[in-house]
Amino acid sequence: MNEDDRFGLNRHVRLMGPLPLDSGAALTPVELGYETYGTLNANASNAVLICHALTGDQYVASTHPATGKDGWWTRMVGPGKPIDTDRHFVICANVIGSCMGSSGPATINPATEKPWGMDFPVLTIADMVRAQALLLDHLGIECLHAVIGGSMGGMQAISWTALYPERVKSAVIIASAARHSAQNIAFHEVGRQAIMADPRWRGGAYYADDDPPSSGLAVARMAAHITYLSEAGLTEKFGRRLQDRDSKTFGFDADFQVESYLRHQGISFVDRFDANSYLYITRAMDYFDLAETHGGTLAHAFKGSKTRFCLISFDTDWLYPTSESRTIVHALNAAGAAASFVELSSAFGHDSFLLENPEMNRIVDGFLKAGEST
Amino acid sequence: MNKLRPDLQIIADNINPNARVLDIGCGDGALMAALRDQKKVDARGLEIEPANVASAVSKGLSVVQGDADTDLSAYPDGSFDYAILSQTLQTTHRPDVIIDELLRIGKQAFVSFPNFAHWRVRMSLLIGGRMPVTRLLPQTWYNTPNIHHVTIDDFRALVRDGKLEQEGEWFLSGDKQTGRAMANLLAEHAVFLLRR
Repeated sequence: MNEDDRFGLNRHVRLMGPLPLDSGAALTPVELGYETYGTLNANASNAVLICHALTGDQYVASTHPATGKDGWWTRMVGPGKPIDTDRHFVICANVIGSCMGSSGPATINPATEKPWGMDFPVLTIADMVRAQALLLDHLGIECLHAVIGGSMGGMQAISWTALYPERVKSAVIIASAARHSAQNIAFHEVGRQAIMADPRWRGGAYYADDDPPSSGLAVARMAAHITYLSEAGLTEKFGRRLQDRDSKTFGFDADFQVESYLRHQGISFVDRFDANSYLYITRAMDYFDLAETHGGTLAHAFKGSKTRFCLISFDTDWLYPTSESRTIVHALNAAGAAASFVELSSAFGHDSFLLENPEMNRIVDGFLKAGEST
Repeated sequence: MNKLRPDLQIIADNINPNARVLDIGCGDGALMAALRDQKKVDARGLEIEPANVASAVSKGLSVVQGDADTDLSAYPDGSFDYAILSQTLQTTHRPDVIIDELLRIGKQAFVSFPNFAHWRVRMSLLIGGRMPVTRLLPQTWYNTPNIHHVTIDDFRALVRDGKLEQEGEWFLSGDKQTGRAMANLLAEHAVFLLRR
């Protein structure tokens, strides 16, 4: 199996599709950047698909090629971890619309042989999931032992259970929601406007001269980053402390540590992310409303579902607060689905799902193992 | 396999195999696990304490963190064979509404509770003049979650007034089953099986 070049780190595949999209358009070819970890067993029953968040990528448990940093979920994925690469065959694919090897605004439009830019079709979360299903077909995996995701990854995971109920045995949905609220959309719109207001954006056609709208993208990242943290977390980390100085400068330098931190977050983000991808993916999240696509009743999305569900929220997450998870849980209960849910305590807001949390590990570990014994 | 609490054992002994069960206030899922392992029951749980939910989920049980006072309305009518409420009735804001909900969701309902008319409780108030603190009701009046103390006779009156059918009753004293005679005085703990 190891000689099969479909499996391993830093994989890339070009599937002809065509992939029909919710917008009515169709995408062809469908390029996907992905990684796999562990070994697919003989009856292909140990596959775990991890879905990444807005600015995440397929480098879930390996060194990131652009930043040199550890994978974004090494706390959860690896030998002996809850998502155990000794037991599970783990797949993580870059979502379409993104910029780490999957089809997106920066990849080549076969019709023009130039980067798509804003001619790339607008996507939905369901489109991302359908592209992942194409990848599973390519890998020879009919049924997932589990699909797991946090934040936008949770939106994909829950969409998997609605679109392909027979292909998902269990789903773990962390710090997520079944729809984007007005507040969620509002924050995203701030980010998009920051990008589009950057004169270097030029209607998205900035690839030819390699002069991207970095300032706009950095501001978008700064605004979004605030929503990933809690007020208490920011206060604990920075308070009103000054940055490398003893007194205020009466100017507009980054006097405060929190300003310096946000500027750093913004600047380092632009090195690894494409501004147009940010527009497309935030749009897909804003369009997400799982109830809307099921006659306005969320429970209908889970009718007759045999999938086991596990939901986790964090008490300081105000981006996708516990009430959003509870809405999903109520719908699952109404549909008679096997659901587990717990709100965990953490000081760090929405980002908690990416941080060390022994309770989260214990729950995911037990939930996945229970699905293996039956 | 750890031994079940005696009131839970009574419930476990009286549930039909392969039934669908909702355990409200399921704690760490001890009863659910026993029902799953011994009777192939499809058990679901509702529990208010996050640490208990985490323990139950890590045992592979389907348990949702929530509050019996607010989260039962999401469950459809008649979606379970049994709804179970063990040692939780006295902590709810409206026990009468909760029992209505149990019998809406479940075809039958097990309800167990500590008897506030047990002679030791009576003596404690009569002689000591203080709010009773007992083995089954260990908290003091100011920090107890038990806000609606109930006696066996009170409960029977509620069943009668609600025109509910009583299909079974069991009484416990010192973790052993005890008779019906003078249960309101002698039983520490009661388990009822109800149907509408």
